[in-house]
Amino acid sequence: MYNTSELRFKGTQVAYYLICHRKLWLFTKGISFEDESDYVELGKLLDDTSFSRENKEGVSYEPVSIDFFSTENGLVVHEIKHSSALEPAHILQVKYYIYYLRQKGIKVSHGIIHYPKSKKLLKVELEEQDNELMQEVFKNMDNIIKKDKPPEVINKAYCKKCAYWEYCYG
Amino acid sequence: MGEVYYITTSGTLRRDENTILFENQDIKKKIPIENVSELFIVTEVSTNTKFFSLLSEYDIVAHFFNYYGYYIGSFYPRESKLSGHLIIKQVEHYLDKEQKLYLAKSFVIGSIINSEGIYKIDTKEHLEALKQASNTQEIMQVEGNFKKLCYKALEELTGWDFEARTKRPPQNPLNALISFGNSLVYAKVLGEIYHTPLNSTVSYLHEPSEKRHSLSLDMAEVFKPILSEGLIIELLKSKAITEKDFLEEAEYCYLNAEGRKKFLRAFDDLLKSTVYHPKLKRNVSLKTLIRLELYKLVKHLTGEEYYLPVNYHSLKR
Repeated sequence: MYNTSELRFKGTQVAYYLICHRKLWLFTKGISFEDESDYVELGKLLDDTSFSRENKEGVSYEPVSIDFFSTENGLVVHEIKHSSALEPAHILQVKYYIYYLRQKGIKVSHGIIHYPKSKKLLKVELEEQDNELMQEVFKNMDNIIKKDKPPEVINKAYCKKCAYWEYCYG
Repeated sequence: MGEVYYITTSGTLRRDENTILFENQDIKKKIPIENVSELFIVTEVSTNTKFFSLLSEYDIVAHFFNYYGYYIGSFYPRESKLSGHLIIKQVEHYLDKEQKLYLAKSFVIGSIINSEGIYKIDTKEHLEALKQASNTQEIMQVEGNFKKLCYKALEELTGWDFEARTKRPPQNPLNALISFGNSLVYAKVLGEIYHTPLNSTVSYLHEPSEKRHSLSLDMAEVFKPILSEGLIIELLKSKAITEKDFLEEAEYCYLNAEGRKKFLRAFDDLLKSTVYHPKLKRNVSLKTLIRLELYKLVKHLTGEEYYLPVNYHSLKR
């Protein structure tokens, strides 16, 4: 059983686990690069301009930092993404937030992913069997991070939109 | 995406809300901070702490040069990209004699292969001597000998006198150009290092104990032939820069304000010019080429791929 009282992953790390093991490794080692791609600019802009009426000061339970909350039978965790291309990773990230907060004894109802560009909402629930899934994910993440070299490049179409693209392929 | 700005006229530089305000008797100009990626301040300016906090907030490196175009130093904001893991790797490669030699030689190989394309000097003998070198001193010696040939070729190619390398102060126009060009390359490489997780003080060819960002000196070796010497040859051959662009007195020689402007414009054009990158399969600017070279160094340090310096002249335009 994974020792969940010592959970130290950030939400993005959990998402990277599904997106790219290499990115997870590099990011965890603090090897990150100046994000000069338009996608990252877009993301920042989206963060600053979407949902300006909501309480976005948000609650940051280190190491997780959640876009914003609302309440409805407990907390609702909200996450804003600009494209749904990597939806499974976004879902896992939000499931992790719910899992994490529940571990801390906070009553969380569900999560919502917002795709403002396509005006799409996605409700995310943490089901009973997901607890096992999270355990599995944490164990695998630990194994990836423990490697002494970064995992190989993955040659996916979405690599071109990644801030590490020039690093990995140059 | 910001641009590199070059300030070449004297005045004051201040923060005004979220813009940089440049002002003197004749001009009042606002530069939105989002448009700026890096600053070269190649003249005397007055400024204040608020200006530096603005630069820091936006991760902007600013390089300062004095009235004569002599490099004073850089404002290097608090680093946000450092990686403890990578710094440990950098130090490991410094402490291991073989690893240190490998990287020290690589930077000189980069310098030699990129000079070859500019001066058309036969490099075989020098590369062979480099292979035999067993310490930094010997490497430096090989480099010194090779550089002498380059400077001789520089005289022949430009028709300008070089005599010997004189630095503080440079004593003739060719030396003045090399000093100015090299300091620009050093500053530019440093500006790129800032945006990587590399620590700028741990180096291999130059000793880290020198109180400078010595990793920038290391990597600048690879790019000086292209961005400094190659540019000088072009500017002199095309007569874009002439005797009139220098300030010459008995013991020293510097580019005057007009000369510096011309040089900076050409330097910036060159950095923006593109070459085809065979691995990325697209055109990249020379600025990006510097960044990619630093990425290669990161990969070397993480044990992924041996660092091999870029051969600029083998890339297609």
